[in-house]
Amino acid sequence: MSEAEKFNPVIVGFLCNWCSYRAADLAGTSRMGYPATLRDIRIMCTGRLDPTFVLRALQGGADGVLIMGCHPGQCHYQEGNYKAIRRFALLKRVLQQLGLEEERVQLHWASAAQGLLFAETVSRMTRQIQALGPLDWKHNWPNEEPFMLLQPYLHEEVAHGR
Amino acid sequence: MSEPRVGIYVCHCGHNIAGAVDVEHLSEWALNLPHVVVARNYQFMCAGTGQELIENDIGEYGLTHIVVASCSPHMHEKTFRNACERAGLNAYLFEMANIREHASWVHPNNRSAATSKAKALVSAAVHRVLKHQALEPMRVDILPATLVVGGGIAGIQAALEIADAGYPVYLVEREPSIGGHMAQFDKTFPTLDCAACILTPKMFDAGAHPNITLLTYAEVEQVEGYVGNFHVTVRKKARMIREDLCTGCGTCWEKCPIKVVDTVFEAGLGYRKAIYRPFPQAVPKYPVVDAQNCTYFSTGKCKACERFCPTGAIDFEMQDEIITLDVGNIILATGYDLFDARRIPEYGYGRLPNVFTSLEFERLTNAAGPTGGKITLRDGETEPQSVAIIHCVGSRDKAYNEYCSAICCMSSLKFAHLAKEKTHAEIYNFYIDMRPIAKGYEEFYHRILAEGVHFIRGRVAEITDEAYTTEEQGKLVVVAEDTLIGRQRRIPVDMVILAAGLEPRRDSQNVSHMFGVGCGDSGFFTERHPKLDPVATVTEGIYIAGACQGPKDIPDTVAQGAAAAARVLGVISQKQVQLEPVRASIDESRCSGCRICNNLCPYNAIEYLAELGVSRVNGALCKGCGTCVAACPSQAITGAHFTFEQIMAEIDGILIDAGDYEPNPIEILA
Amino acid sequence: MNAPSYTYYPGCSLQHRSHAYEVSNRAVARVLGIELAELDDWNCCGATEYFSINRLPAYALVARNLALAEQAGARELVVPCSACFLNLHKTDAHMRQHPHLEHNINLALKAGDLHYDPGSVRVRHLVEVIINDIGFETLSKLVRRPLYGLKLAAYYGCLIVRPDNALDDVEQPMLMDRMIEALGAEAVHFSMKTACCGGHMTQISETTALEMIHRLVRNASVNEADGMVTICPMCQLNLDVYQDPANRMFETSYTMPVLFFTQLIGLALGLSPEELGFGQEFVSITPLVEKIRDTPPPRAKPERRPRQALPMPAMPH
Repeated sequence: MSEAEKFNPVIVGFLCNWCSYRAADLAGTSRMGYPATLRDIRIMCTGRLDPTFVLRALQGGADGVLIMGCHPGQCHYQEGNYKAIRRFALLKRVLQQLGLEEERVQLHWASAAQGLLFAETVSRMTRQIQALGPLDWKHNWPNEEPFMLLQPYLHEEVAHGR
Repeated sequence: MSEPRVGIYVCHCGHNIAGAVDVEHLSEWALNLPHVVVARNYQFMCAGTGQELIENDIGEYGLTHIVVASCSPHMHEKTFRNACERAGLNAYLFEMANIREHASWVHPNNRSAATSKAKALVSAAVHRVLKHQALEPMRVDILPATLVVGGGIAGIQAALEIADAGYPVYLVEREPSIGGHMAQFDKTFPTLDCAACILTPKMFDAGAHPNITLLTYAEVEQVEGYVGNFHVTVRKKARMIREDLCTGCGTCWEKCPIKVVDTVFEAGLGYRKAIYRPFPQAVPKYPVVDAQNCTYFSTGKCKACERFCPTGAIDFEMQDEIITLDVGNIILATGYDLFDARRIPEYGYGRLPNVFTSLEFERLTNAAGPTGGKITLRDGETEPQSVAIIHCVGSRDKAYNEYCSAICCMSSLKFAHLAKEKTHAEIYNFYIDMRPIAKGYEEFYHRILAEGVHFIRGRVAEITDEAYTTEEQGKLVVVAEDTLIGRQRRIPVDMVILAAGLEPRRDSQNVSHMFGVGCGDSGFFTERHPKLDPVATVTEGIYIAGACQGPKDIPDTVAQGAAAAARVLGVISQKQVQLEPVRASIDESRCSGCRICNNLCPYNAIEYLAELGVSRVNGALCKGCGTCVAACPSQAITGAHFTFEQIMAEIDGILIDAGDYEPNPIEILA
Repeated sequence: MNAPSYTYYPGCSLQHRSHAYEVSNRAVARVLGIELAELDDWNCCGATEYFSINRLPAYALVARNLALAEQAGARELVVPCSACFLNLHKTDAHMRQHPHLEHNINLALKAGDLHYDPGSVRVRHLVEVIINDIGFETLSKLVRRPLYGLKLAAYYGCLIVRPDNALDDVEQPMLMDRMIEALGAEAVHFSMKTACCGGHMTQISETTALEMIHRLVRNASVNEADGMVTICPMCQLNLDVYQDPANRMFETSYTMPVLFFTQLIGLALGLSPEELGFGQEFVSITPLVEKIRDTPPPRAKPERRPRQALPMPAMPH
């Protein structure tokens, strides 16, 4: 437990410009504190989220990735978040096969008015990842073969939400 | 090409950032980031002096890329882009790191954590900006016409302002007449001037204005395009009346044998015919046939109206008409719905006959209403001897709506005055807090107090017909705790008025989606900035006015209508508008013609060129969401300003201190 | 097909004072084809008082029953008494919401080698089981002797709709009104349907209690009810036993029969008064039974409203 308390995970966030990034702004203007674990990147829409971004973040040292978009039905671009759901479902399958714990990559929604929900989501995910401990990708995959084998399929399959 | 030269500017924002982030250390540290030539920290970067700092450095140090670490890009991205432009640097070679909303304000008590997060965000911005390319905003002509949705007082005001300035306006209204809720009211607080007397001249002006095209009994079905160039599809419902022939004489509704309860204009308190004009001063003056209740439409017989119409204006064959409008700007003024008092069963509305809603009482006391302005009980003749007015029905109540509906205190005071004046009844106001907050309101409250109206501070527990005493027999008993004397009170009265709260229109979610404006959890449309940009929305070219933005009274509604009009006129006068160049484009040499992107685009902006075997993006239709970019298996699509390389660089930058990054073993990008 | 079986928690009242309720529950269950299997070794729910005396033991006392039900593999626990229902329902809900409470309760239960996982047993009131699982339609089909001509006040009491509105609207429940209509009788307007009967107030301040009881009976009477239908042994006890003292105190002469809802269903199903435990009540039900007619009463003409009368708001049915 004490080990987990000391561990400050790094979570890379991908926030859509219209809802969740504004929710994060609102959490700021309303001074709702949350753990300093999230480092966020603004994208226009969760539909823009290339699954490669998630993999790059994980291999680059992130302990988790949090993707947040507009609530279903409220996408600024009508349906980009639905595309994100489909890609996310497939991405999760891939990550699962790579031995990644489910909590490490999460997809959530927050409207521009839900600063509190945003802060709570970050806090919750932080606790979950603290419980899991650091992501030791190398240790998980001492030889990188399985990942290499996936490569030809990964980008195509996941990207199209097929 | 010569080496890039990056300048970094860390803002203190007074204590807002400097209070939690070690800005000195941050700017010093940032000098180690790749290609950074200058790194400064300054009190207020957004101030003129702060911006000059950037402008001077660009000249002096030959900076090629700029990063400002301050607040949210939604706040000041434009400000700093302009500063870059002034110094001759392309605005898109700039990037912002949000270390206020996303760092100092949310981690105020952990200086080291806030500082290292700020470092990561600055590093991300530097890595990203190095991949930026110079972009030119798209310029498009602005269509001069404006669409105003909703013909209440907000929409009328906005339409008149724009039309008077000489530009065309389409005013679309769902009901057969413009006028909205205000047309239903009797008097307006606090001056007690008659609503019709001040509204109907404006309605007439809107109807007769050469620059205003009224589209009543019509609804917007689809909105496409962007600021300056919206294409709007409107369904004009079949009125069954030929407007070119109808004189509005009224013979048709006199002859119509079908009487139905008018749940819209008369708030369910009066009747209308199956062919009707909602009220005598309606604009336009033409009636409509209510096909649901018309005998002809259910049995194929009757046509009494047609037979008696002196001008042959009735046309049962009329079909809905689909109209497309090309407009440059849109103002939403869709108003509010009254809280449905039946949702609070303990108040007995719908069960106990003499419980009325505020809107019903407006009609009851209106000289043009069902009783001719006589205040009676539900039997239509008995004058009440005592009236209770319940404030905050459905408002300030966590079970229903948490917000204050803003107008009920004042309209309740108005009801108290009118009921007292007309019936000399004893009046009891049950309130939580009195909130008469605008000009002349507090004075009005004192006037009503002086008139001898009783005020009981306490939320009403229930309204019951269960009598404890003979005095209560046959009355409605209002049960409430009087919180000023700390006792439970039971007040028997003849009539109860429920000051029902204001809610967003039931279909506001659909409307917000159709127009691409946000609406918060409450359902009211969200303004771009609650204080400094109250009538604009996050979508360029779409403005909001009146109660669709939040509960408000008539003066505020009119002010917002005029404000939205002023904003639209400002846009129109620029003749052209700049659009963000955040657009997708396809490298046709890499496109395999698989057409996966074609169906993903919600705007049908990607077309397949069969003869070339490739797809192409129509830049004018593309909104830059990037869904196609993420989906392209050949990576042939680029999303300008959110390119693959830019985001990948940002990820690498944001993880500068996390783990030992070894790109090779699991590099999947080759 | 096997008769659907429910794990049944009768509660103390039904063993003693309100034995008639137990008798009619069993009789009606037989006809409706449901089995009520009594929970083995159940204990008192602590009634309405224990919670205000010492909370944790009160919760633990109630939770013991839930734990027994869980141990016996029951997914549902059917309760005929409103006070028992509320206590069991509330304990389950509060254990779910407050992990600390859950921890302490299970610590107490451990002494008896028991454990309860909140949410694993769904607590249901018998009236809701009959209405939702049997349904109005089946119920009216099983009616052998429709209760034509009877006007009844559906009295829900204050406990059944709490704590969370799960059963019906907390202020204006309609379930039992619709059940009365399904049996052929008429449910009268009764504005005090969720008012309190006083509970054990008769033992604390009799005048207060009698006033509360008097109001309820008077309101039913003013609305021309031939009888009141209850779903709670406490309500039935107060209204029935204390009706006469209330009459004496207020110098009135009400003789309002107070039935358990299963007694009413039983009458409609054609069971005899003896089978339904009648005969123990203080206010005779004979006048009520005699009012039942063989044919439906002529449909009341809609009240003629004056020409100038204003329309009433439309109500969703």
